[in-house]
Amino acid sequence: MFNALRARIRQGHRTVGFPNRPPVLPERYMGRPQWDATLCRADCDACVQACPTAALTRADGVLRIDLGRCLFCTDCTDACPTGAIGFTREYRMATDTREALVVNDRPYQLAKALDKQAKALFGHSLKLRQVSAGGCNACEADVNVLTTVVFDLSRFGIQFVASPRHADGLLITGPVTKNMELALEKTYEATPSPKIVVAVGACAVSGGLFADHPETHKGAGEIIPVDLYIPGCPPHPIAILDGLLRLLGVIEQQ
Amino acid sequence: MTTLPHVYNGQALPLAKVPELTMSEFRTVVLERIADGRRISSFFGMPHGDGIALLAVLANDRQGVLELCRTQVRDAYPALTPEAPQAHWFEREIAEQWGIVPEGHPWLKPIRFHPCYRKGSDAWGRDKARAIEPCVTDYFRVDGEEIHEVAVGPVHAGIIEPGHFRFQCHGENVLHLEIELGYQHRGIERAIIAGPGQRTAHYVETLAGDTTIGHATAFALAIEALGGTTAPPRAQALRAVALEIERLANHTGDLGALANDVGFLPTASFCGRLRGDFLNATALLCGNRFGRHLVRPGGVRFDLTTRIADELLKRIETTFADTENAVNLLWQTPSVMARFEGTGTVSCHDAAAMGLVGPAARASGVSLDVRNDLPWGAYRAHHVPTVSLPAGDVCARAYVRWFEVRNSVRFIAEEIAALPAGAIQQEPARPAPDHLAVALVEGWRGEICHVAITDDRGRLRHYKVTDPSFHNWFGLAMALRGQQISDFPLCNKSFNLSYCGHDL
Repeated sequence: MFNALRARIRQGHRTVGFPNRPPVLPERYMGRPQWDATLCRADCDACVQACPTAALTRADGVLRIDLGRCLFCTDCTDACPTGAIGFTREYRMATDTREALVVNDRPYQLAKALDKQAKALFGHSLKLRQVSAGGCNACEADVNVLTTVVFDLSRFGIQFVASPRHADGLLITGPVTKNMELALEKTYEATPSPKIVVAVGACAVSGGLFADHPETHKGAGEIIPVDLYIPGCPPHPIAILDGLLRLLGVIEQQ
Repeated sequence: MTTLPHVYNGQALPLAKVPELTMSEFRTVVLERIADGRRISSFFGMPHGDGIALLAVLANDRQGVLELCRTQVRDAYPALTPEAPQAHWFEREIAEQWGIVPEGHPWLKPIRFHPCYRKGSDAWGRDKARAIEPCVTDYFRVDGEEIHEVAVGPVHAGIIEPGHFRFQCHGENVLHLEIELGYQHRGIERAIIAGPGQRTAHYVETLAGDTTIGHATAFALAIEALGGTTAPPRAQALRAVALEIERLANHTGDLGALANDVGFLPTASFCGRLRGDFLNATALLCGNRFGRHLVRPGGVRFDLTTRIADELLKRIETTFADTENAVNLLWQTPSVMARFEGTGTVSCHDAAAMGLVGPAARASGVSLDVRNDLPWGAYRAHHVPTVSLPAGDVCARAYVRWFEVRNSVRFIAEEIAALPAGAIQQEPARPAPDHLAVALVEGWRGEICHVAITDDRGRLRHYKVTDPSFHNWFGLAMALRGQQISDFPLCNKSFNLSYCGHDL
């Protein structure tokens, strides 16, 4: 008993200051990519060729990076001869439509808060049921970590629950394997309406590496409607938390 | 005993040198070796001629070599499982993938629920027009007036991957547990064939995301072996450091989760944070908490500057001190020990017979560790002691993890202090045609085995992945025999196996 108390004092207070203070991210963190049109050579498509998930396309001289497919792997930056493409330290990437997950020559549109009615329902208490549907346990692990003392998700009224019947929505990871399709549909049906769906990670957003596999679907959106997309492979826990807090209107600035 | 060609871990040889035996020779050779203490590291089918070649990779831990042999089969062969139980899951996989029936297999069922890879074949003669429903199959049933069945999954209560568990219970006591998986099947092995290509390294990093470094290292070793390249010493050391940090993060997380499952919240809460601190140490190396994009054939992609090395050592040291403080509470708390001790026991005999690997095997007194028995890279020169405890219960599986945490911390410090200078990458040579390479890595769950076979143009003709979970899921089922069903979460955590690593 005394040992446990002594240990408690020694272990200290460990909850991060985010969202009131900026997050501490790894020095070599790869956040939202950016493209510099002035450095890009018109006759070169090395980055497009290098991308393992076809996240990059080029049309009319404009490079388009689909963050829904991006693994943040730097294969494109390695291939680029002029340094026109690079990864920033920007962790804010969650969007409310699939189409908005694009870096091109226009401003990036982050997810907006739920409408007034939905916010009244979920704003102070959001219970989510997590469904892994072909996830590799990296996204799952960094969703799970939000429940530790470090991120202390419950201070925002968000909690992961054991049953879809107790949930206000689902958080999906993985490309949705054919073998999980029925289970995901049933879990969605068992969740009472109104409900929200969050897709976390390249797989759940677009199918990621597995998008063209006969064994999988192209992400959660092929099976059920998605309200929040959080890109990454896996997304940093702060990126996931940022997305959830944007949905609830706790973080609003763009 | 017949001699077989052998390779060291991370070595290749021409496929033609792997002797093609008749079925009866193959059975004799494999079974006499298993009886003599060798283990099946991998056993799989691959299309060859007008049938299927069955290829066995046997680990000879005493001599530190891997022995290889193969045979040719068309539709069926006499199963090895009745005489060598550790073959049982491999033979189910062979049946499912290639429609080859291992005759006499005591419980021949699919393991991943996908159509047969060989056109026109099916080991169970299933109707091709009907979709294969996951986990819809026969289950072992106990009948009796007071017997009831509990079915759990695929969607579980926690943030965890999907699987299906069926318990046959008499009151609270579990008479039998049967585990069916396959929900996570993404078809990665098949997608790797004809590579290595742009996606291959990324595929292997997602085989089991919590074992990114382990699988990426095995893949790198296999590709380097096929091309006759060796990664520079500095890269080998950095891979070992990353692998040990991966072990630290997962073992610490498991110890916290075990505390949680017996309702001891202080350690559960502290370890939740500490696990993340170890993941952040990996991110210090490469920017990603799971070590994505760090290990590649030919070396590693990120170097350790002196400043980062100092920071890394400092972080490992302070995180370890806090982990020691958090974990020691477990052993000092009688209510925790009462729940750990004697729960979910697997005997040494059963563990060896089932072919368990990793901490699960070592906690049952089976002293196996690829880092010592079949070392690769930095482990050839620097050793990590093998931790082995005889009890076989949850407590032993927890204690093995704790000893391994301590050893990994020591190893990381030594490795960084003696970090070789020089390059971190060397362009890997093209894989040689018609060769076979075997690479083993002791991941945090146990032995990871990758077998790569090239075609006449040096492309991957076949790629076989055996995650440690493939060997160990049946161990969990055995651990539950005679236990209370309420101890399932605790036993499950004490193994903490991978669903996607199994389902591939």
